[in-house]
Amino acid sequence: MIHSEVHPMDSLIRKDRMPHIWCSGCGLGTNFTCYLEALKKSGIPLDKCVIVSGIGCAGRAPGYTNIDSYHTTHGRAIPFATGLKLANPELSVTIFSGDGDLFAIGGNHFIHAARRNIDINIICINNFNYGMTGGQFGSTTPLGSKTTTSPYGNYEHPFNLVYVAAASGAVYVARWTTIHVRRLASSIEEALLKKGFTFIEIISPCPTNFGRRNKLGEGLDELKYYRNHSIIKHFIDPKEADLTLNGEIIVGKFVDIDKPTFLDNQPDLSQKQDNKVTKT
Amino acid sequence: MCPTITKSHAKDETMEEYWREPLDAAKHKSPTGIVNLIKDRCKSCEFCIEFCPHGILELSDEFNAKGYHPPRVVDGGSCIACRLCELICPEFAIYITETNHDHD
Repeated sequence: MIHSEVHPMDSLIRKDRMPHIWCSGCGLGTNFTCYLEALKKSGIPLDKCVIVSGIGCAGRAPGYTNIDSYHTTHGRAIPFATGLKLANPELSVTIFSGDGDLFAIGGNHFIHAARRNIDINIICINNFNYGMTGGQFGSTTPLGSKTTTSPYGNYEHPFNLVYVAAASGAVYVARWTTIHVRRLASSIEEALLKKGFTFIEIISPCPTNFGRRNKLGEGLDELKYYRNHSIIKHFIDPKEADLTLNGEIIVGKFVDIDKPTFLDNQPDLSQKQDNKVTKT
Repeated sequence: MCPTITKSHAKDETMEEYWREPLDAAKHKSPTGIVNLIKDRCKSCEFCIEFCPHGILELSDEFNAKGYHPPRVVDGGSCIACRLCELICPEFAIYITETNHDHD
């Protein structure tokens, strides 16, 4: 074993910001590494890549990435990324954000960006609660699970994120957990190279809040749980991939279709406008 | 290609349920690697220790600058350069350098 000071990923991260704020046992660091690995493998020039996030623990990722990165207001990562993509269609725009940001406060933006098929990639880290603000329940918290704001168990039905994405019109929908590092990295790579609105959900441990209150153990115990209870079922109906508190986790690629994007369908108005200008 | 895991290498007996010897294992030579560690970045989440397919890492007794115990290579452990620890480490603290490129 050699003691070293430089990591091969150091060119992609902002070294001066390390160590990051994510807790020991949190899955975010691993998910972030998988994203960087996919970015490296995809071969997309780094000056054409942009990473955007909203607020939350996952929202810290752009601050650690050594490419053009944007940390936007709560829930507004998708409108911001839409603007980026439409203003400069050459860019490969990725959103790296959490479930609370993308589906609770930003839920409406999500369904409409998917409906329009805007060419952006979404990586949603689902840890089933609002981790950064103290572990309140949100739109993905499974029925019956305990959080700071649901001490007797959550009695709201959660979203099935892959089903929402598929029903809204995403062209690529997949779900993995933090333990599936290789499959996750190749899935992110596939999504980065795919045209259209792609969505990847990553089930990730939150040992400090959600895991502790539901007695799921440390981050390591949660990863062991994912290893033993994940079932890979490619191309099943995402409707059947519901998540429960202590149930099976169905992972895999659920949707992979091709359809014209928002920019493909946009009529060329430049000619008309030119005529108008010359007439007046 | 993954070589057979002997009992001494396997972390626990259930490991053997996950791995089987590939039919063409004799034709391939496993690469070997060296574990590189940036000690002070480690937060001892133990992901690398638990999920190393050869079980070559363990928690050390020493402390790093943040007061965590970084991993160390067990005596006689041989790395096959699968780079799983590199991908699963949340802290960019561990990576592998391959020492031979005979595979493929």
